[in-house]
Amino acid sequence: MDKPIRVLVAKPGLDGHDRGAKVVARALRDAGFEVIYTGLRQTPEQIAEAALQEDVNVVAMSILSGAHPHLFPKVVNLIRAQGQEDVLIIGGGVIPESDIPALKEAGIAEVFTPGTPTSAIVDFINANLK
Amino acid sequence: MAMDIAEELLKGNRLALSRAITAIENEYDNATEIMQKLYPHTGHAFVLGITGPPGAGKSTLTDKLARAYRDQGKTVGIIAIDPTSPFTGGAILGDRIRMNGLTMDEGVFIRSMGTRGSLGGLSHKTADAVKAMDAFGKDVIFVETVGVGQSEVDIVKAADTTMVVLIPGMGDDIQAIKAGILEIGDVFTINKADHDGADKLVREMNMMLDLDGVMKEWRPPIQKVIANQNEGIKETIENVENHFKYISENGILAQRRTERTKNEMLDVLNSNIGKYITNKLVATGELDEFVEKIKAHETDPYTVVAKVMKDMLK
Amino acid sequence: MSNEKIQAGLEKYNASVEKTVAKFPERGNLPEQRLYTPLDVKGVDSYAEEIGFPGMYPYTRGVQPTMYRGRFWTMRMYAGFSTAAESNKRYRYLIESGATGLSCAFDLPTQIGYDSDDPISEGEVGKVGVAIDSLADMEILFDQIDLGKVSTSMTINAPASVLLSMYIAVAEKQGVPADQLKGTIQNDILKEYAARGTYIFPPRPSMRLITNIFEYCSKNVPKWNTISISGYHIREAGSTASQEIAFTIADGIAYVEAAIKAGLNVDDFAGRLSFFWNAHNNVLEEVAKFRASRRVWAKVMKERFHAEKPKSMMLRVHTQTAGSMLTAQQPNNNIVRVALQTAAAVMGGTQSLHTNSKDEALALPTTESVTIALRTQQIVAYESGLADVIDPLAGSYYVEALTDKIEKEAWEYIQKIDELGGAVAAIEKGYIQKEIQDSAYKWQMDVESGARTIVGVNKFQQEEPAPEGLLKIDASVGIAQCERLAAMKAKRDNAAVEKALADLKAACEDENENLMPHILNAVRTYATLGEICGVMRKVFGEYEAHVNL
Repeated sequence: MDKPIRVLVAKPGLDGHDRGAKVVARALRDAGFEVIYTGLRQTPEQIAEAALQEDVNVVAMSILSGAHPHLFPKVVNLIRAQGQEDVLIIGGGVIPESDIPALKEAGIAEVFTPGTPTSAIVDFINANLK
Repeated sequence: MAMDIAEELLKGNRLALSRAITAIENEYDNATEIMQKLYPHTGHAFVLGITGPPGAGKSTLTDKLARAYRDQGKTVGIIAIDPTSPFTGGAILGDRIRMNGLTMDEGVFIRSMGTRGSLGGLSHKTADAVKAMDAFGKDVIFVETVGVGQSEVDIVKAADTTMVVLIPGMGDDIQAIKAGILEIGDVFTINKADHDGADKLVREMNMMLDLDGVMKEWRPPIQKVIANQNEGIKETIENVENHFKYISENGILAQRRTERTKNEMLDVLNSNIGKYITNKLVATGELDEFVEKIKAHETDPYTVVAKVMKDMLK
Repeated sequence: MSNEKIQAGLEKYNASVEKTVAKFPERGNLPEQRLYTPLDVKGVDSYAEEIGFPGMYPYTRGVQPTMYRGRFWTMRMYAGFSTAAESNKRYRYLIESGATGLSCAFDLPTQIGYDSDDPISEGEVGKVGVAIDSLADMEILFDQIDLGKVSTSMTINAPASVLLSMYIAVAEKQGVPADQLKGTIQNDILKEYAARGTYIFPPRPSMRLITNIFEYCSKNVPKWNTISISGYHIREAGSTASQEIAFTIADGIAYVEAAIKAGLNVDDFAGRLSFFWNAHNNVLEEVAKFRASRRVWAKVMKERFHAEKPKSMMLRVHTQTAGSMLTAQQPNNNIVRVALQTAAAVMGGTQSLHTNSKDEALALPTTESVTIALRTQQIVAYESGLADVIDPLAGSYYVEALTDKIEKEAWEYIQKIDELGGAVAAIEKGYIQKEIQDSAYKWQMDVESGARTIVGVNKFQQEEPAPEGLLKIDASVGIAQCERLAAMKAKRDNAAVEKALADLKAACEDENENLMPHILNAVRTYATLGEICGVMRKVFGEYEAHVNL
């Protein structure tokens, strides 16, 4: 049997809209992943540290407040700096298309905007984990 | 990246500790080598098992107890185990969320684990994860697991002291688990003690301990706690410490650890032999042959096993 | 026609369609029956009791006697972003465009009681609403807006007492006495725990703050709506229509109980309680939901709390169209969705309405898209005829049956929550959150399986260019706000601030003290929101979320 993929589902920043994060967490579980959900209001430092302690393969973040240009890259930098080079880091939420190139440049592997089916996230993770 | 995981772990590298636990959990090839290197550095930590039914507030309690140990200047490791879905193989590992306040404390390391179907294997993996944290230098290691079934009993065997957490208002559920908990609980904690029925539960528990019959020198204390308001935490720690003192002074700890060492060795032995034999049978294709023959009633499982044992374990 | 005749006719009809249905199966996710008849409604005998007349118990047909024939609902557009000065401009534009009430959106640090210069606020300042750090910002926010004339709704919960105090203090400076102020604070902490997530303190001190506000306002700010008990966010988090009103009314019950326990007389505050519903996509279900909710609340207040004043039994409601139903794909379609949701809210008899803008699945709305949203309300009001008679869908067999069904489901939930020990206990046990999450997950799976169609998302998709002209909040907004905050702190009388904060701390520690006068006092010294909430955090602690996935 393949070892389950471990995913940290995190809500950086202050927004309390976790409908999407929770739906994704459940969908990932149903796809056979081990999901660790951090809850609301996590700082980038907390997310990176949880990713380290849990030795996850994927970090999936959701932001609806518009704070993504600041917070997403910060999480990427912290995770890379602690030596987790191959963790796949993805993001989602209310994110204007024009922001996406900069986020990808910063190391976010993919950005999932409203209306994305959860199966697309599962497929992306399965296709892109090294 | 070619990191010498054991060496880095012993130097205090947290990522190395994390990777060591992954190697153990996933049964990577390097797991044995890592454990060989770590083993000489184990045996210092105090291991506290925490178990109880779902919804008893074990994670919140663990969070508060961990903080209390941190206040004493001790470092803490936490292994939190949640059930894996038998249908999808997936799991929501939801304990960490109740311990978020500990994430940024460098003296605390929390690791969530799924049961991943193989409960027998889990107890041995948990024991190895405890050893990795022990070798890393953690003073106190919590093993938190849901439920009070046989599998959990096996898991808490890795502990020096086992705490059973119950809550009032569980109705008939308590009846079903009473028998099991009496045996494994060294200390009892009644969480959510501000809810109706807490005193009744304490009375029931006391009665059960009275009726237990066997004269025991250690009578498990029952402590009322309101974990989310930090009430009863100090007393709970005292209970745990008293128990540890008791088992240390009476040779019970030494006895338990001997027993544990023996079980662990046999575990490793059995699982390695089992794996060795299974792999060979699969590789030679004999396994399928045997199965077909047994199905056709040409032979039976007992004869096959006897033959395999004779051939392989000369 | 007698019931027997109808029954016979129905059976004949059902037999006749069976062949058709066998050949052309019906779609999924539909109401149980394809057709509703007089057999599905209770009939004339229960009309007076269950439906009645507008402005009369049990208010199924509306809370005012003449509804929109007197005047339309309040067209209230939720707005606020970036700095107080920018938001002030948008408010004045909205008033000039015919909006009849203001609705303030605050940024997340403000909603969670942090100043703009707190490290945790990084990246969030001015993003989803306006940043308010102190009275100085509030003065700019309402500059040249006469607080004696305008009615202002503030979406603020955990620190509602502080923002209301700032509003009162600005009015004082304008020379407007507190008893002339009109408006609403959301002040509904229970749905923050259950669905929206911007909580600060644990339930017990939070409920104390809320009852303190009830008491203070009943004496000093009598025209203020002291709470807006909100189903909106519960629905946004994924609940069904029945769950939306059930969980919200259960929250309402908890607030009334807390206030009575604090020694208030039910008729002294119940008339100032207001509600907040979501206007979702299914028009007829939404109309039935509004109607059912009024009936349930009226019965709760009369039978459970023995309220005597009619106003105490009226469920007055503000409505917002469903933000979560806006699609990022083909955003112009959202204009149509919002128009239908508006129709539902109006036929449901709302007292005020915010309509979302078409681009809100992508970013904060631009001025142009906000204007279209406001025009949508005006078209429904003046052109559609939907507002011409009261409760126009009453008597529809389907709508009446659906109203009864939603009411029944709501009562079942309320009973279950009672058994769990009330809304606070049910939230602490994670029950309400779990029910909402299950519904949200089912919705998503239905969309993914195609059992539910979302136009442009899982059907009728098309390639489209990236949207342009979206509103962006510059990161410099945060920096400028922090600079203003530092300058203000340098200028104020810091000794007075210290004294006011020490006084507030002592008041927090004494459970019998009403905190409002102390908070108002601190606000007047230009103590910041973060400083005031910081004092309360120290005494009260912080809420730890219950997550049960």
